[in-house]
Amino acid sequence: MNIVVCVKYVPDTGSQPRFTAEHRVDRAGGRLSELDEYAVEQALRVVDTVPGTRVTHLTVGPPAAAEALRRALAMGGDAAVHVSDDAIAGSDAPATALILAAALRRLSPDLVLCAMASTDGGTSLVPAMLAEHLEMPQLTFASEMSLDEGGTVRIRREAASEVRHLAAGLPAVVSVTDRIGDPRYPSFKGIMAAKKKPLETWSLADLGVPAGRVGAAAATVVDQITARPPRAAGTIVPDEGEGGRRLAGFLSEQKFI
Amino acid sequence: MSDVLVLVGHIAGQVGKPGLELLTLARRLGDPVVVCAGEADEAAVETLGRYGAERVHVIESDEPQEYPVAWVRALAALTADVRPVAVLTESTPDGREIAARLSVRLDGGVLTDAVDVQAGPDGPVVTQWAFAAGYTVTSRVVRGVPVIAVKPNAVVPSEAPVTPSVTRGALVLEEADRRTRVVSRTARESTGRPQLTEADIVVSGGRGLGGAEQFALLERLADALGGAVGASRAAVDSGWYPHTHQVGQTGVTVSPQLYLAVGISGAIQHRAGMQTSKTIVAVNKDAEAPIFELADYGVVGDLFEVVPQLLDEVARRRA
Ligand SMILES: Cc1cc2nc3c(=O)[nH]c(=O)nc-3n(C[C@H](O)[C@H](O)[C@H](O)COP(=O)(O)OP(=O)(O)OC[C@H]3O[C@@H](n4cnc5c(N)ncnc54)[C@H](O)[C@@H]3O)c2cc1C
Ligand SMILES: Nc1ncnc2c1ncn2[C@@H]1O[C@H](COP(=O)(O)O)[C@@H](O)[C@H]1O
Repeated sequence: MNIVVCVKYVPDTGSQPRFTAEHRVDRAGGRLSELDEYAVEQALRVVDTVPGTRVTHLTVGPPAAAEALRRALAMGGDAAVHVSDDAIAGSDAPATALILAAALRRLSPDLVLCAMASTDGGTSLVPAMLAEHLEMPQLTFASEMSLDEGGTVRIRREAASEVRHLAAGLPAVVSVTDRIGDPRYPSFKGIMAAKKKPLETWSLADLGVPAGRVGAAAATVVDQITARPPRAAGTIVPDEGEGGRRLAGFLSEQKFI
Repeated sequence: MSDVLVLVGHIAGQVGKPGLELLTLARRLGDPVVVCAGEADEAAVETLGRYGAERVHVIESDEPQEYPVAWVRALAALTADVRPVAVLTESTPDGREIAARLSVRLDGGVLTDAVDVQAGPDGPVVTQWAFAAGYTVTSRVVRGVPVIAVKPNAVVPSEAPVTPSVTRGALVLEEADRRTRVVSRTARESTGRPQLTEADIVVSGGRGLGGAEQFALLERLADALGGAVGASRAAVDSGWYPHTHQVGQTGVTVSPQLYLAVGISGAIQHRAGMQTSKTIVAVNKDAEAPIFELADYGVVGDLFEVVPQLLDEVARRRA
């Protein structure tokens, strides 16, 4: 089984991310998207159950995005591919999906694993776009995933109004949620081993993706970005036996009761 | 004027509020053409017309379990035929996936999580919130037919009555559309409360509640205020409340008139799902809890004292 996990290098959620003058996300001081760790974990669980499974981590991003790959490799897996090219800067979801799809064609996986969303853009567009480009079935927002010997992947998806069980033959694109099982922490041994695992860097030319289709040629433009004003400080009262009544007073003033 | 495709989805009974919101926004851009499936009976068509649908295109299908992706082929064909100025869909997980795949087929751009859409000289101008609503961003699609996924509650539905013409087309599936098989779907029982994303008031509970039984207290509060019940991930992970009620980064995003956080600390991932709420109220026994930074009104105290007293007081004021 050949698994490719798509991982993204994102700004740390702990700090308020910023935009550059070109309206791009400032990726300085980033990390492996927290949600992608759940996808990496699922790949590693397949390794434990299906002998001969090979896991490759794939990212599209600036030079620093290699850190996300090293972090994923420290959790486990065999190799990593970093698609990096100056022309990629400023790419939107369609451009990113186009590049990822080209890299995936070259890696020809049986299973493509993604997270439900990136923690920066958070659009959930890329997994569905990959399925469309690669003409693979998509099984998205999986809160449970299993593979059987016949090459069928099954998932559970919790939609707002119903629970769905979906299945598809391989190759397939699967995206997972944070309910699928906690990701492991890289061990010290894992971190050391990751430094020696092969990490290849591919350019757009290597993939035959025309530079004119990505980056500045994105299908969307951002015209304006403004920081939202911080919320005005509120009234905080200690409960000295009247807290519930005082709150009722506030709600009544605001016409909620 | 030009047409705007509005994907209303499967209509079973009444047309949902999100569909009427899409129609209201679509009228700013052109003449709305609704694409829907399901019953779409006379009453439904009448409702769509009341909110400005010039045309209603019903996709008919005997497939009881068609997967949303199967729609994309039909939508792409319709888009080629109608040549709309934009395609609007709901920014739900299903809606965003349709948007994603449709935009690949149309080789154009897509914008999700729109909180506003306006007509502009160079096509629709879309407003989004970025990074847990820390920023307001306006964007445009500059290649292909703009596909725009709009968040619930982006606009208050308004009427603009017309009599729609109705066309019907069959959903033709190809082998490739059936590759994802729906093995089963189990509908959730209705709670009788408003939908979390559509509710004007949301009452949410966190780890501070301490157990599943204690959520009954929050349900009573939600019912007293006519609201929906939400939960933090800690409460959901503990099995105290269903995941469909989780508010936050990996749950739903809500933007109600009133958000009441009870026994919730206010972690960044939770804030991501609620900090655009109009009025925020918090009850927490820890005065340092970050949720108080967002709160318009906060009570530092034990929720098991404060909430019952609040309930009594609401009942007294109503009596
Ligand atoms: C990838 C990822 C995604 C996540 N997505 C989400 C998400 O979508 N939504 C989400 O909510 N979280 C999410 N989280 C988890 C988030 O980081 C927090 O762990 C979670 O929000 C904490 O929930 P809580 O506030 O209920 O619990 P805690 O942080 O434990 O807070 C409980 C609060 O209750 C108060 N309390 C206790 N007893 C009482 C009492 N008797 N009366 C009054 N107050 C009391 C305490 O003072 C405390 O502030 C995510 C985390 C990760 C890593
Ligand atoms: N630049 C990228 N490189 C690799 N994988 C990505 C990239 N962008 C998105 N993905 C994958 O697609 C998922 C959903 O991202 P998004 O569509 O941006 O919300 C992520 O969790 C990743 O698995």
